[in-house]
Formats: sequence, C-alpha cells, structure tokens
Amino acid sequence: MISRRAMLLGGGLSVATLSGLHISGRALAAPDTGTKVMVVFLRGAYDATSIVIPTSSDFYYQSRPTIAIARPDPGNAKAALPLDADWSLHPALSDSLYPLWQAGQLAFVPFAGTDDTSRSHFETQDSIEMGQPLTGARDYKSGFLGRIATALGNHVQPIAFSQDVPIIFRGGDTPVPNLAVNSIGKPAFDQRQQGLIEAMYNTPQAAQIAPLAGVHTGFSVRQQAYTAMQQEMTAASRGAVDATGFSLQAQRIAELMRSGYNLAFLDVGGWDTHVNQGNADGQLAAKITDLGRGLASFVKSSGSDWDHTTVIVISEFGRTFRENGDKGTDHGHGSVYWVMGGSVRGGRIVGPQVKIAADTLFQKRDLPVLTDYRALIGGMIQPLYGFNATTMDTIFAGVKPVNLNLL
Amino acid sequence: MLHLKGLIASTVCASLCTVMATGPAAARHTASASDIAVANRIGFGVTPSEIADINEIGLNTWLSEQLHPASDDAGLPPDIAAIIDAMPHLKKSGDDQVAEIASLRKKADDATKAFNAAQQTSAVASTSNTPAPAGGMTLTTVAAPAASPPPSGNQVFNTYRGETLTEIQARRVLREIYGRDQLREQMAWFWFNHFNVLWDKGDTSYRIADYEDRALRPHALGKFRDLLEADLRHPAMLQYLDNVQNASGHINENYAREIMELHSMGVGSGYSQADVEALAHILTGVGYAPVSQTIEVSQAQQALLIRDGDFVFNPAKHDFSDKVFLGHTIKGSGYDEVKQALDLICQNPATARFISTKLARLFVADDPPPSLINAMADRFRSSNGDISEILSVMFHSTEFRQSLKTPLLKDPEHYVISAMRIAYDGRTIMNAKPVVNWISQLGEPVYAHVTPDGYPMTRTFWNGPGQIEQRFEIARNIGYGYNSLFKPDGVTAPIETTMPQLQSVVSQAGIDQTLTPPTRTALAQANSTGEWNTLFLASPDFMGR
Repeated sequence: MISRRAMLLGGGLSVATLSGLHISGRALAAPDTGTKVMVVFLRGAYDATSIVIPTSSDFYYQSRPTIAIARPDPGNAKAALPLDADWSLHPALSDSLYPLWQAGQLAFVPFAGTDDTSRSHFETQDSIEMGQPLTGARDYKSGFLGRIATALGNHVQPIAFSQDVPIIFRGGDTPVPNLAVNSIGKPAFDQRQQGLIEAMYNTPQAAQIAPLAGVHTGFSVRQQAYTAMQQEMTAASRGAVDATGFSLQAQRIAELMRSGYNLAFLDVGGWDTHVNQGNADGQLAAKITDLGRGLASFVKSSGSDWDHTTVIVISEFGRTFRENGDKGTDHGHGSVYWVMGGSVRGGRIVGPQVKIAADTLFQKRDLPVLTDYRALIGGMIQPLYGFNATTMDTIFAGVKPVNLNLL
Repeated sequence: MLHLKGLIASTVCASLCTVMATGPAAARHTASASDIAVANRIGFGVTPSEIADINEIGLNTWLSEQLHPASDDAGLPPDIAAIIDAMPHLKKSGDDQVAEIASLRKKADDATKAFNAAQQTSAVASTSNTPAPAGGMTLTTVAAPAASPPPSGNQVFNTYRGETLTEIQARRVLREIYGRDQLREQMAWFWFNHFNVLWDKGDTSYRIADYEDRALRPHALGKFRDLLEADLRHPAMLQYLDNVQNASGHINENYAREIMELHSMGVGSGYSQADVEALAHILTGVGYAPVSQTIEVSQAQQALLIRDGDFVFNPAKHDFSDKVFLGHTIKGSGYDEVKQALDLICQNPATARFISTKLARLFVADDPPPSLINAMADRFRSSNGDISEILSVMFHSTEFRQSLKTPLLKDPEHYVISAMRIAYDGRTIMNAKPVVNWISQLGEPVYAHVTPDGYPMTRTFWNGPGQIEQRFEIARNIGYGYNSLFKPDGVTAPIETTMPQLQSVVSQAGIDQTLTPPTRTALAQANSTGEWNTLFLASPDFMGR
C-alpha cells in the first residue's frame, strides 16, 4: 500500500509546490488524477451510537436498556467488536468493515457534525450539503462538492449516484452527470440509433440545447454502467459474494469510478429509526449489514484504485443518546463520521473526544459536536488536492481546516 | 422545438403556407412559424389544436385571450375535469384530511397494541406447561388469524399521505397537459416554483391543492401585491417556512428572510440584516390553525385577532413594538404592519426588477437583455405590479421576438408535458402516474423540491450528460408506447394502444417545416413509427421551447 503522501513525494512534488500552482484563484489539482473522493450521505440520521459504540461507558448501557449492544465478548456473536479501549463496532459489520478497520484502512471520527441545531432532517441535510455559514444570506445553488469541482478545474470528473443532481453538487463549473444505480437496464438505444441522435446534436444551434460531447458522454456512461453490471453478473457466477441490494449498487459504482470518475456522491437513505430499531439484530442491524457489505464490495471492486480512493461517510445529525419510549431514538446532534481508503491512516478513532456522561451531553440529550464537518473535510482535501487557503475559503468560507492526519 | 432559421427562407414559408391554405379548415389566418414559436413558448408546448385556434382567430387575439382568460376555471375538457373532481382526497379540505389521518393513525396504533397484547398472551399460553385451560381454544383462535400484524399507524399514515400526493401530482400534470389557458398554467407552474413549498414537510401535502387554487392561481396573472399577501396568508407557506412558529420572544426569521431574498426583492438588492429582523418581528403572530380550533386572546386584543379560513393573525403572539423597515418606521399596530411592509416591498424598485428578471428568464432567455428588464420593471411600477401587463410588455417586445431564434431549454416538467401535449392532443390518458414518474426521473419531482428557492430555470442545470440521456429514454418510452398511460390502476393490460402517430400530427400541423436540417435528415432514416416518434421527441428541436 502506497500512501498518498509517498506518491506525491515520489513524483517529485511536494504539497508546497502543488499549492503554488494557481491561476486566477483556481487551484490546479495534483497531476495525479487518480485521486478519488466519494462522499456517502446517510440520509435520515443514522444512529451512530449503535454502530460505533461507546462500550466502556456504563452510562451507555443505562441509557439504552433495550437497544444497547453487548460489550465485546469473543464467545458471543451478538457482542460488539472491539475497536479500542472505549469504542466497539456493531457486530453486523464483522465480515465487511471490521476487516478493513483491522487492515488500518478505516477510521472513525466520533463527536462529528454541524453547528446546525435545528434537528430538522431537511434543514440540516441542506445546510451540510451547502457547506455555508448558517447566518447571513445562503446560496441554495451552491454545494461544497460543486465548489470543490470548480476548484479542481478540468481535472475533475464528477458524478452523483442519485436520482437527481443533489444540492451538494450544485453550482460547479463542470456539469455533473447523475445516475440512479438501482435502475440500470439494457441501454435503450443501439449503435445506429445513438448515431442518429448524435447527428441531430451536431450543430452549433443544438449545442445550445445540449453539447454533442455531453450527449455522447450520456450514452457512454449508460453503456459503462450496463457493462459494469454485466461484469458483476459474470463474476457472481464464478462464486463472488452474493450481491444484493446496496452491495450490487456499490459494485456498479466502483466499476464506474474505475472508468475515470474521481469526485462522487452517493445517497443512502432510510436511517430514521424512531421505533423498534433493534440492537444486534433488527431493523438497524439489517440496514448496516447491507451498507457494510456494499462498502466492502465497493472496496473489492475498486481493485488497485482503492490505494488512492477516499470515502467519507456522513449523516445530518446523530440521534438521542437515550432510547425513547418506542425502543428507538429521536433526532439528536453529534454523529460519528467514517473515513476509509487504501491510503487512509485508519484503525484509529480520530479527533477530540469527551467522556460520555449525563453532564457532557449536548442539551442534556445528544452527543456534542467537537469536530465540524467542514473543518474535517477541509482538513482532508486541502493536503490531498494541494489547495491553498484562498481556494479553501471558496469551498468552506470562514472555516479553518483541521488536519487530523487521516491521509 | 421551433427553430426559425430554416423557416425564414421564403421557399419554406411558401410551402408551409400552402399546407395551411389547402388544409380542411378554411382558416381566416395562417399561423406563421413565428406564431407557432410564440405559442410554444407561452405554454407547455404547442399542439395542433392550438395552431388551429391561432389560424382561426389570429395570434394577437389568441395572445390577448391567454393574458386575460375568460373564466376562472382551469379550462379543462369535461372528461379531464371529471377525473379531477372524482379524486377522493381532494374533495376534503386540508383541515379535514389532517383530522382524518390523525384518527386513522390512532385506530391503527390501537389495533397494533391490541395485536401485540394478544400475541404476548398467546405466547404465554403456548409456552406454559400446564394443559390449556378451557379458554385455550379462544386464545388459539385469537392468535391464528393474527399471524400477520395489522398495518401500523405509520404505514396507514404513509399510505394516506402518498395517496394525497398522487392526486395532487396527477391534477397538476392533467391541468398542464389539457388546460386551455396555457399561459395561466405556465404562470401557475412558475409561481409555485417561485413560492416553493415541499409536500413532505408536516401536513403540507394536504394543503397544496388549496394553496394552488386559493393563493396562487387566482393571482397568477393578477397583481403581484395580492399574490404575495395571498401567499403569506396560506398555511402551506406558513408551515413550510416556519412562520407559524414565529412569535414575540421566539423569533423565527426563516420566512422573513426568504420573502425578501427569494420572493420579492432578491438577494443583495439593498436590504440589510436589520430589515430581515424587522420583518420577522412584523410577522410575529402570523400563522394558521384549524377553523374549528378556538384561539384564546385577551378581551383587549379581541379586535386585533384575524381569522380567515385557516389563516390566523394572533395578537397574543405579536410583537407590538415599533419597527424600522426599509427606512420607514412602522408603528406597532398588529396585522396592519404586515400590509404596510408588503406595500413597501412591492413599491421597492428591487422587487420590480427581480420579478421582471425571473419572468424574462422563463419566457425570453437565461440571461435576459437589460433593455427588456428595464421596460418590464417600468411597467411593473406604472401598473402597480400587474402581472399580465408586465407579460404583455414582454410578449410585444422586439427582444422577445428576437429571442425566438434561440430556443430555451425545456426543464424536465416542460419537456415531459410538451411531449404529452403533442402526442395526445385531444385524447384523454387514463393514468397520469407515468407522466409524474418521468418528471421525477429527470430530477424535477413535482412538489418535492426541498429548498425554498424552487427548481433552477437555466439550461446548465438540466442539460448534463446523464440528464439528457434520461430524456432520450423517456422519449423512447413515449415514442414506442412502452408505458401505462392507457392502463388505469388495477387493470392488467392497456385498454387502448399507446403509441402516438407523431409523423402525421407534425406534418398536418405544419410543424415539420420548422425542424432543423440535421433533425429532418435523422427522421428520414427512421425505420418505424416508434423510431420516428422517439427521434422527434429526442431531437434538440423538441428539447427547446
């Protein structure tokens, strides 16, 4: 495994040299366009406390009489898996993400989140995607991945794996194709028909409607997605892991990323567990199993690209530390973010922490936020892309990036 | 769809005129290519019947009728109106739906509790080692049919809300496809997007039908000041932007900010944060409540309480201090402060410019010429914000005429609706769900834009590679009839054939002559009706308006 830093140095370029390459405020990306970043948004606010579990805390077990997960115990398959002295992982991730943690490619950032305390899914998802200060005028047409894409200029090949182009990708200079990976059938048009359609777009007038290059890219992305899916099917018949649900989608995404995309966004919904969320088994366990296996198959299908890929998993907020009367959890504040990648310095719990107790909870109910999402993400992309402070300010205005040495 | 470039050539025009003159209806006028382009831009996509109307009465009269529709109804054919009238949820008021779902939800929750209790009793009974008591049989019979639990309160709630959403979405697309008064439909679409609300927030889904019918549509071509106040008094907006929670001592600035930033003056147009805060204080107590709910206010404030349907101005929640707003002192007096503030907003030149710019972006160009904006803003001020007057200035401007040569890109809703209009002109579809789904697949789901800014209107948001490719696939689904437009819910096979006959429609209406040469070349190579339809709907000519 070659670290990102080693690659940069090996190429004779230092971060300092890179950050010197700016033309009219726009940073030139590292010449190595292999660097890939994907942001995964767990919409609905996943119950971080059930996934990255503070098993050293008695207060945790007092607060969650029916939904807590047992302390690590090699003899108990339903017990949490140890991460460090204080934290453990949900047992449903034993065959997917736990090996990645053990390989040092997965880090967790507890007490992560935003200063938005509305506890509204809509407002907080929007404000995170926009990545702008909460006070003052907001530009709904500008998301932080869009601004990163703009800063990367012509080195960027963005893609959104979602039904539409999400807020997070709005406002960039480069058009962002979107692809709903859960519904890829056979391409609708054969070569002849594609040729007829492209011929109609081969005029300056038609370019006003849609540029011919974009029309062509549209067809080829579609074809790539289908081919990727065909390859999975072939692989599956040779005894590859059973790819269902999200797992299958994640493989498609990895195949597409390998074809050249380097800045991606993926939506995974359905985490709003107010009622009967379960513990080692149940609703949330099923969901996290699917997510874990999906991400593991993404890693596997990425092949050697994984060495220079970084995946950041975020969610709008955490959930109440105490379980509610319906054996679920309600809207909270601090969450746990995940950072994974072939060059990530993982196997660590990263960032500031506080002992979890009744008097350290935010507003007496939630995990506090000690690491701001913008500082965290900014602290990763700044060295990764060699952005200078001016460029960083166009991405996350007024936020000082915090480098947690994740890369 | 209608590029004029080829048309200007006199030979083309001559042949078009010949087609029209020898048509079966001896028209008094003949719609020129630019007439067709105007109609195409004003509504959701030109149809042969619209062209026939223009032939009948001439473009100017047609335009004037569009600017001043004869009646307040949606101008729908009777069979379409009947479909909408029969929608069960939409027969009920928002309040009634909110009350009904609350009661259904409670019933379902009670049933779930009863079921769980029965399950537990039966589990206790079955694990017991003692022989079944006499009542054992009863326990078994209770437990047996209950093997599958009853739908939960949440499931019942989601189903109910989903049904309401399906109805309002269907109503909207049917009005857009079949409405006679296309400019009004266009403006209803525009104003909804301008004053966007999200179906998914709170009880908004039950309020949207009324929001459109009472707040937006009556003023869609009327006075902007009336529209703004009607919008301000509607529960859908008050809930969506949280003003229902805005009270003295608990200020919520959300709505105040968006009124200025998105609804009227526009961001960066000269107002300050202090103005936003002042407006938020002026708006304290502006909210809504079910008509049946009693609102307690002191005897002294009784006269200041306003109730108008669901709308409430509650003086008990209002901050009665004096405010300074846009440089004017507004004396603390109750709801009259709101009226004064709206007057100041509407009289502000920034509002005239901001609204004119957005209208010109819808009808003229992504980046409309300043000369046109000035003319429109002037009319805004001289007409007291009369929307049809402002539109009239725009439609009769040289800038508008000039812009017909550079088509605007249809956003997804315009694209799908225009395809339906030309494919099924005069023919009633039996299922609107495919239409709603296509719009959704293209990234512009109806009533589902999350943020208050509405969907973007400029082309770069809609012509990304994945987006255009998705349009081609929808073109194919319509073109080959691969859809369930004529398959009502609960029926196994389509009742009628779905494939449109666009080649003859397009040629009979004279639209074929407007196509660009590369498109005509491609169409000439189509080897089936389905392929012709698909290529036509996938052409850059049809993507534009």
